[in-house]
Amino acid sequence: MTSPEIPRLSRDDVAHVANLARLTLSDEELDAFTGQLADVLDHAADIEALDLDDVPPMANPLPLVNVLRPDVPVSTEDAAKADAAAGFRAEVLAAAPSVEDGRFRVPPVLGEAP
Amino acid sequence: MSDQALIPGWEVVIGLEVHAELATATKMFSSALNQFGGQPNTNVDPVSLGLPGSLPVLNEKAVELAIRVGLALDCTIQRSVFARKNYFYPDMPKDFQISQYDLPINGVGSLELPDGRRIGIERAHLEEDTGKSTHVGGGGRIHEAGHSLIDYNRSGVPLIEIVSAPDMRCAEEARAYVSELRAILVAIGASDGKMEEGSMRVDCNVSVRREGTSELGTRCEVKNINSLRSMGRAIEYEARRQVDLLESGEKVQQQTRHWNEDDGRTHKLRSKEEAYDYRYFPEPDLVPVEPSDEWIAEIRAALPMLPRERRQRLAVAAGVEPQATALTVERGMDDLAVDTIAAGADATRVLVHVENNLADGVGELTAASFASLVAMEAGGDLTATQAKTVLADLVATGGDPAAHAASHGFEAMDTSELEALVDRLIAEHPDDWAGYVGGDDRERRRKSGFFVGQVMRATQGQADGRIVNDLLARRAAEQGG
Repeated sequence: MTSPEIPRLSRDDVAHVANLARLTLSDEELDAFTGQLADVLDHAADIEALDLDDVPPMANPLPLVNVLRPDVPVSTEDAAKADAAAGFRAEVLAAAPSVEDGRFRVPPVLGEAP
Repeated sequence: MSDQALIPGWEVVIGLEVHAELATATKMFSSALNQFGGQPNTNVDPVSLGLPGSLPVLNEKAVELAIRVGLALDCTIQRSVFARKNYFYPDMPKDFQISQYDLPINGVGSLELPDGRRIGIERAHLEEDTGKSTHVGGGGRIHEAGHSLIDYNRSGVPLIEIVSAPDMRCAEEARAYVSELRAILVAIGASDGKMEEGSMRVDCNVSVRREGTSELGTRCEVKNINSLRSMGRAIEYEARRQVDLLESGEKVQQQTRHWNEDDGRTHKLRSKEEAYDYRYFPEPDLVPVEPSDEWIAEIRAALPMLPRERRQRLAVAAGVEPQATALTVERGMDDLAVDTIAAGADATRVLVHVENNLADGVGELTAASFASLVAMEAGGDLTATQAKTVLADLVATGGDPAAHAASHGFEAMDTSELEALVDRLIAEHPDDWAGYVGGDDRERRRKSGFFVGQVMRATQGQADGRIVNDLLARRAAEQGG
């Protein structure tokens, strides 16, 4: 069952989404994923065809709201925790391909942040 | 605000998006410090670095501060949901920014400018800040840079993004809006509002239309504005550019543009076609926020007086229009002004001194000494210039204005003036004078009290009562009384 109003997903749509996600897909993969993604969207269209006016949109399957933590920093007076924090910094910087002046060095960026 | 159009025949339409860093101790989704400055990559943890497997937990204080902002802007506080905004950029290591999309915590509200005009607020939502990039080589210009360096100390700092309606019509009005918004954010303790440190950032949406038309023109978003002054320049440049295009028969293309402070122009960053496709979807690692009515009421009750309420309070105390108190409130000197006026000082003189002579702060000045000074000035004991000098002394060292005036050799009332005043009062009140000259001790004391009171009233309390009594006694003796 497909909704008549929604045109079926095209190969170009999939190529566009793949590009947004920085995925390189071969021609075979594009063909395969176009079919699979279209099936997923068909399923979404089936749900959309139902009368769900009285059902509030669900943001999360868990029956929870307001999961909050107090605004308390990790104690740096605790020597063990301070050491752990310093150790964490050294570890992540060491794991980076390139570091300069305590900062992560990355290839030239081709534009401003959005 | 000028009624004069910036460009004759055209109306400029401005909407602003203001990002302000919230003044929490820790980040939005983890307990790393929210702190400006510091060694690079010291305030980081798995969450702010977007390490695989790390999970966000929302900071209660960030929600509280966002609600404060919403209440101060008369927004609807509502159930909200976080969403992922997907894009790739090295200052955001997990490749999406957690923001709010269709369900922001604060819905529609408004902001009142000092002149009484209201600017609509469309929403004010929570989101996380990104890390900071430094482009190395090519003089810091992005396109020519050899490489970039990233510091994630700012990554995950809580932000409130306040989106105005397209309700502003000139650069001056936009400046007034941002100034007022900043004053509100600082007053309620939500943010330090420092544009120069980047804790408050403004993007401007600018479009133009023919005067008298109501349809909105195609807009451009101008980014990279670092001060109120640049914002004004950027808006004026951008409006002029769009009018020039339209007047030469071309069309305005919807674009994101970058303000360049050095050449004073905006430059195309992205066209509508190149606009990012963020593919928002609900953040599965966070649950909705539904602040209870009790919590909202508690936050509302703890809100301090807002700038507009302070202006109103001083306006009532001083008997002036609220707009006339804007600068005093902006300088945070309205408490002093209200107390000084309550101590009997002439309100107009108080406001004039605050605006003209207290730009560098109040120092040791108190309401009592300020009121005495204003009384001396009003009574003619000090000229405006002398009063300014004494005021500077009071700011620097506190103390008694009369003593400062004396130390500068500013004579209070000279005796001949006082004599003339006493003689005039004697002539004006012959019956009282007869009572003084001819009455018994009790009557004489009563009448001397009357004359001293009259002198004090005429001199705003600046005459010396003992000298007045001596003068009265001398005049009576001269008349053989």
